Amino acid sequence: MGKTLAEKIFDAHRIDMPFPETHVLKLDMVFCHEITTPIAITDLMARGMDRVFDPTKIKAVIDHVTPAKDSKTAEQGKILREWARRHGIKDFFDIGRNGVCHALFPEKGFVRPGYTIIMGDSHTCTHGAFGAFAAGVGTTDLEVGILKGVCAFRTPKTIKIVLNGTLKPGVYAKDVILYIIKELTVNGATDKVIEFTGPVVDAMSMEARMTLCNMAIEAGGTCGVCYPDMKTVEYLWEYIKDEFASKEEALQEYSKWISDADAQYEKVYEFDVSHLEPLVTYGYKPDQVKTVREMEGTEVDQIYIGSCTNGRIEDLRVAAAVLKGKKISDHVRAIVSPATPEVYAQALKEGLIEIFLDAGFCVTNPTCGACLGMSNGVLASGEVCASTTNRNFNGRMGKGGMVHLMSPATAAATAIAGKITNSPLFQG
Amino acid sequence: MKNFSGKVLFLDRSDINTDEIIPAKYLTEITKEALKPYLLEDLVLEGFNHKHDLQDKAVIVTRANFGCGSSREHAPWALEVNGINVVIAESFARIFRQNMFNCGMMAIELPKEKIDYLFANYAGKETFISVDVENDTIVVTSGEQREEIKYTISEFDKTLVKEGGWVGYADKHY
Repeated sequence: MGKTLAEKIFDAHRIDMPFPETHVLKLDMVFCHEITTPIAITDLMARGMDRVFDPTKIKAVIDHVTPAKDSKTAEQGKILREWARRHGIKDFFDIGRNGVCHALFPEKGFVRPGYTIIMGDSHTCTHGAFGAFAAGVGTTDLEVGILKGVCAFRTPKTIKIVLNGTLKPGVYAKDVILYIIKELTVNGATDKVIEFTGPVVDAMSMEARMTLCNMAIEAGGTCGVCYPDMKTVEYLWEYIKDEFASKEEALQEYSKWISDADAQYEKVYEFDVSHLEPLVTYGYKPDQVKTVREMEGTEVDQIYIGSCTNGRIEDLRVAAAVLKGKKISDHVRAIVSPATPEVYAQALKEGLIEIFLDAGFCVTNPTCGACLGMSNGVLASGEVCASTTNRNFNGRMGKGGMVHLMSPATAAATAIAGKITNSPLFQG
Repeated sequence: MKNFSGKVLFLDRSDINTDEIIPAKYLTEITKEALKPYLLEDLVLEGFNHKHDLQDKAVIVTRANFGCGSSREHAPWALEVNGINVVIAESFARIFRQNMFNCGMMAIELPKEKIDYLFANYAGKETFISVDVENDTIVVTSGEQREEIKYTISEFDKTLVKEGGWVGYADKHY
């Protein structure tokens, strides 16, 4: 019987199976940020176990609230910073070099096909776009990961999603994943890995695949994965070129991280997305999804473009294409947060930042900030935000606020109109 | 082991997420105790008052997919510092469930029929539940009513509960 990608990664990393269905895996990477890591650090110190399993396999960033907004967030940054120094963690990204973790770490070349990765952040599933098993965990799992380089998981059952057809212009990975979450529901993939496959995924850039995998958790999924291909190799090439004689050789090596044709799946869905149109959420759950046409005219107060879902260069390019030469409505305010310094610099170089500024956007530094209502664009009660982020939970971007999730194209068009509307890039 | 018995709080809703259990603005706290006043502050549930309804409660009974969303372990911690070490639900989100066991707390899954039965027969009444960890059984009492309900739990999760969590276990074995 064949194996799924996740099963192959488990087989290659399993160091123990203390009980049936319980797999203790060796970790290739432990990613850390300043919200969930400090308590792990202080707990390790209190236990007299202030050690790290391997400083080269731990990467850390201050990204959720940065620069610090108050004494408490300054303290969190300080704990992480001092810990990174104390243990010789060289890849620590402090203010000025920091970005949203799930955009920054792939960009720095820290992810490889076949890797096992954990982080104290639910959107860690993003890194599955490279054919890795990457899972969000709590602080205790993170703590053990830091200390021992291991984490326990249940047997990985997999849901396969085959995306057929061709996306219409103006329809993006964000629309596809919102559609999938609507079909699966918010717990349809709980305890399962979601494999995204098919010609639509093959045609997607790495950025778009990261958008897909990023929201696997919104259907309850442990991880979203895509098979590595030449696009994966191209994306990583700068970091792997010394390991392989050619890109073809790299591709051949990485091709072992693809599910076998006769692998066993929990469920297989085939979706033809040729007729898909831009989508948007309503309500407080990410599976509450309607077409933009159905929600057309819904007034908003704020537009937010950024986050680990849609703050990458392609996202900014699409939004800027819609905004070029236009102004945002007088009735709204709009914020764009490039996800990393590299994205920011590239957007500057391409003239995108100028377009955002001319349109009336506030351009912030890279940060998670407003996405989870911590800083840089928190909503007041009763306010509505058109957002390219990943969660529309009650209070998510501020107590009493409403969040409508959508693609950067739809968000940009909504900023101009002052109410939810389709972008002119979508012709119906 | 922690205390696994006491008065029950019924939360009649599915998909209660970790932002509702503890909003992100409190994640800047670096002690667990500081989370205490904010548990379930943003819960969307008609008639629920987090300041009043949590008093003296030690067990939560709820519906499906409890704890979905963020990975924040602040959610179980906020329960723990309020004296709630047991949540009984039809199902849990993976990270939340693991966080509970990793802290030596209990996330008990019961089939939908059993959860429906508990709501139908006990919600609205003063109800007590105690967990018999050894025998995988919960004991429900209310007035003259008393009954036992069996649950299933993985050996790993049960071991974590008995040994007080994952850090100690992992340090011993790996």
